[in-house]
Amino acid sequence: MNTPAPLAAEPAWPSPLREFCQAFARNRGALAALLLLALLVVCALLAPWLAPFDPAAQHRDFLLAPPAWLEGGQARFLLGTDELGRDLLSRLIFGARLSLLIGLASVALSLAPGVLLGLCAGFFPRLLGPAIMRLMDVMLALPALLLAVAVVAVLGPGLLNTVLAIAIVSLPAYVRLTRAAVLGELHRDYVTAARLAGAGRLRLMFVAVLPNCLAPLIVQATLGFSAAILDAAALGFLGLGVQPPTPEWGTMLASARDYIERAWWVVTLPGLAILGSVLAINLLGDGLRDALDPKLKNPD
Amino acid sequence: MSLLEIDNLSVRYGPADAPPVVDDLDLRLEAGEVLAIVGESGSGKSQALLALLGLVDPPGRVAAERLHFAGHDLLALGERQRRRLLGKELAMVFQDPLAALDPSYRVGFQLAEVLRQHLGLRGAAARRRALELLEQVEIPAAASRLDAYPHQLSGGMAQRVAIALAIAAEPRLLIADEPTTALDVTIQAQILELLLNLQREHGMALLLISHDLAVVAECASQVCVMYAGQAVEVGALPGLFDAPAHPYTEALLAALPEAGTARHPLRGLPGSVPGRHDRPAGCLLSPRCAYVQDDCRARRPPLDAKRQSRARCFHPRNQETP
Repeated sequence: MNTPAPLAAEPAWPSPLREFCQAFARNRGALAALLLLALLVVCALLAPWLAPFDPAAQHRDFLLAPPAWLEGGQARFLLGTDELGRDLLSRLIFGARLSLLIGLASVALSLAPGVLLGLCAGFFPRLLGPAIMRLMDVMLALPALLLAVAVVAVLGPGLLNTVLAIAIVSLPAYVRLTRAAVLGELHRDYVTAARLAGAGRLRLMFVAVLPNCLAPLIVQATLGFSAAILDAAALGFLGLGVQPPTPEWGTMLASARDYIERAWWVVTLPGLAILGSVLAINLLGDGLRDALDPKLKNPD
Repeated sequence: MSLLEIDNLSVRYGPADAPPVVDDLDLRLEAGEVLAIVGESGSGKSQALLALLGLVDPPGRVAAERLHFAGHDLLALGERQRRRLLGKELAMVFQDPLAALDPSYRVGFQLAEVLRQHLGLRGAAARRRALELLEQVEIPAAASRLDAYPHQLSGGMAQRVAIALAIAAEPRLLIADEPTTALDVTIQAQILELLLNLQREHGMALLLISHDLAVVAECASQVCVMYAGQAVEVGALPGLFDAPAHPYTEALLAALPEAGTARHPLRGLPGSVPGRHDRPAGCLLSPRCAYVQDDCRARRPPLDAKRQSRARCFHPRNQETP
């Protein structure tokens, strides 16, 4: 038989984590997004210490004060105040908390059941699978926001119900994505090999197939995170989401829209906050996809 | 009693009157023997295997008069017992080695999983055994490959790992489904040699599926030629290839590049395998056969004993006594 060349003797494999980090770091946009997101997380975690004022405290003498750098601006209110004299910067900082919470909670609440349903749909193609998929088709046939509005209308507005509504609306995407990935993997030889080696159905589902379906799910989850923030803002804007005086960005937009002529900052700044965080998360999702998908990895 | 006894195995898809994908297949395989199944694509080789392994999913239906492995009736066995028996005693090497290894787990983990499941080895003992296995399949720098992921291996290396996985539980029957087709020609010979060495060392039976007749002639002691779901000729090597009785076997051998010379171009077999809707009433080969006669078109020949082998033919070739 062949004798191996000595130079092939000690290959050192980069750990998958390091490999991932290197691939991710090569993507400038994703790195910038990560920084912005880190800033957001810091704001959310340290809100009580970072914010100069209580977000609900009203300064009646300074209604609609402009940002500090404009004429008539107050150094105390860096980004100005809203129609009730509340400090905009403090509200934005506390708003980050809510947005991240809504994003995380609704992604978690739709990812877990979505993956489970998708796995079942892929593994039981006779009865359960079609049943699940037709139900998802019905959910997809309704416009997402309309469905969310309907859910909130049934459950009543509020933070928890907003999260629930968004989770329900984004469920079909995860189910379909998981099922498609499962169907793709099921016919691969390693699944047959696992079955042959005596793996039971649960083991096949969770140990053999699921880890190989994760890459698209991770990307969908990050994109779902930003969609959740956007949806929450939309629901808040419609008055169906988080209720005032809670400083949610969408709700802030809604209550400020009457003043758009006189005080642009009350509308623009929450809008920019939404735009920035959603953009950052989307870029991050892009970067994750590039780093996780071996087909897009450039060999070096 | 043979290690593997298959009588009258058939696999069907679709309505009950649809032609079976595998038709009345009989096979015997003794312990430590090498049996090759040859046939072109779509001849039912893989379906016969899947049926044997119990991996034909609905809507496929498997029927057999007898399906015995190592003294157990596979048809009567419950799902759980069947998994335990087959997982340990029977293993498979696949065509595409990179698809046959789970891309999410390290090589060492995959080996350890089999060792734990079927031999009860854990922790350091399992790792030691996994290393031995990798050394047995002649992987260079085996210790460092334990922590490699499948995508970090070359095709030949991955096939060696797949073989290590297959022999980990010391099976009595190893099935190799075109184990060298996806590999480089230079690697093919090495992998085959490795398989045969392991087969001899462990006294395993080897069921080799191939459409490479040269490989089959070199490795196998028994061969079963399949055509359109039926075994058309079954017999011992080298006699069967020296004097094939069935025109199809003869045509396969004539189509080998080695058989052609500069003056006689390669002889192909015109036409293609009959599909579901154009199956002839008589012998399945009759539309393509060069020696076809009237009775071939009317009736389907049974698998009868001929001089060197058993063949499904009314007018077998090479039957004159030398």
